[in-house]
Amino acid sequence: MRMNNAIVWMIIGMGIVTYLPRMLPLVLLGRVELPPFWQGVLKNVPYAALGALIVPDIFFIQDDIFFGVIGFAAAVITAWFGANVIIVVLAAVAVLSCYSMLI
Amino acid sequence: METTWTAGKMAPFRQGMQAGVAIAIGYMPIALTFGLLAKTTGLTFAETVLMSVIVFAGASQYIALSLLSVGTGIFEIIFTTFILNIRHFLMSASLNEKAEADVLWKKALYAFGITDETFSVAAMKEGTVNASYMFGLIMMAYGSWVINSGIGYAVGANLPESLQDSMSVALYAMFIGLLVPALKKQRKTVWLAGLAAVFNSFGTLVFHLSKGWSIVLATLLSAVVVEWLVKEGGNEDE
Repeated sequence: MRMNNAIVWMIIGMGIVTYLPRMLPLVLLGRVELPPFWQGVLKNVPYAALGALIVPDIFFIQDDIFFGVIGFAAAVITAWFGANVIIVVLAAVAVLSCYSMLI
Repeated sequence: METTWTAGKMAPFRQGMQAGVAIAIGYMPIALTFGLLAKTTGLTFAETVLMSVIVFAGASQYIALSLLSVGTGIFEIIFTTFILNIRHFLMSASLNEKAEADVLWKKALYAFGITDETFSVAAMKEGTVNASYMFGLIMMAYGSWVINSGIGYAVGANLPESLQDSMSVALYAMFIGLLVPALKKQRKTVWLAGLAAVFNSFGTLVFHLSKGWSIVLATLLSAVVVEWLVKEGGNEDE
C-alpha cells in the first residue's frame, strides 16, 4: 500500500468538505419546520436541479455538438413514450453508438 | 409514520437497489476513466481507490487530478472541492423535506452518499424515502464508483473508444428519464426545469461562472421565482 502523506491529507480534506454539505442540512433541519414558502422552494429544487444538470452540459459531452443533440433527442423521445429510466439510458447509448459508427 | 411504497410490496432496500442500477451503469465509464487518469497523474492504486472511497464525488475527483497535474497546492484543491459541492447543501435540504424521520445516525450515514445522481433518483421517487431505500440506492452507486475506479487503474484501459464516447451520455439520459414523466404530469415542473436550464446556460456560457456556482444559483433562482409566481398568481396549475 504505497501512499504519499500529502495526497492522503488532501483526500481526507476533500472528503470532509464534500461530506459536510451533504450531511448538515439533513441532520440539522430534521426537526425544524420551515416557513411554507421555503418548504415550497425546497420541493421545487429537484425539478430545477434536473434542468440545470442536463442543460447545457449534455450538448458538450463530445467536441461534436450533434453527439449531445442526438443523445438528448433520443432520451427525450424514449422517456416521452413512458420508457423506464434504464431503457432511456440504454436507448440513448445505443443511438449514439450507431451515430459514432456512421461518422 | 405512514409508509407509501408504491412499487408493490418490495422492501425499500431492494427497491433502492433496483433504482440504483441506472446510476451504476452511468458511473461505469466515468469511474473507469477516473482510474486511468489517476494512474497517468501519478497516484498509486491505493490512493486512487482511497479517493473514491472517501470523497465519492465525480467532478471533484476529476478536478483534483487536473489540479495536481499542474502542481496546485493541496489547500486550494480542497477549497475548490468545497465550492463545487456547495450545491449539495441545497440537495440535502430538499431531500430532508421528503425523508422519513429515521434516527439521526442513519440519516448522517446515508447523507454521505448524496450525489447529483442519487439525489435525483430519490427525489423523483413517489412518496417518501427512508434510510433503507437510501442505503440500497447508494450501495449500487457507491459500489460501481469504487470498483470501477479500481478497475480503471488496474486494467489501465477504458471501454472501446466508440462505446466510451456513447456512454458519456448515460447520466444525462438518466436525468432526462427521471425528469420527463414529471414534465408530463405538472406544468409547474416545465417552468422549474426550463428556467433553471436557461439560467445555468447563461451562468456558464455568458457569465463564465464555475460549474458549482452556476448550478446552485440557477437551481435556487428557478425554485424561488416559480414558487413566488405560484403564490402571487394563486395558480392552481398543479
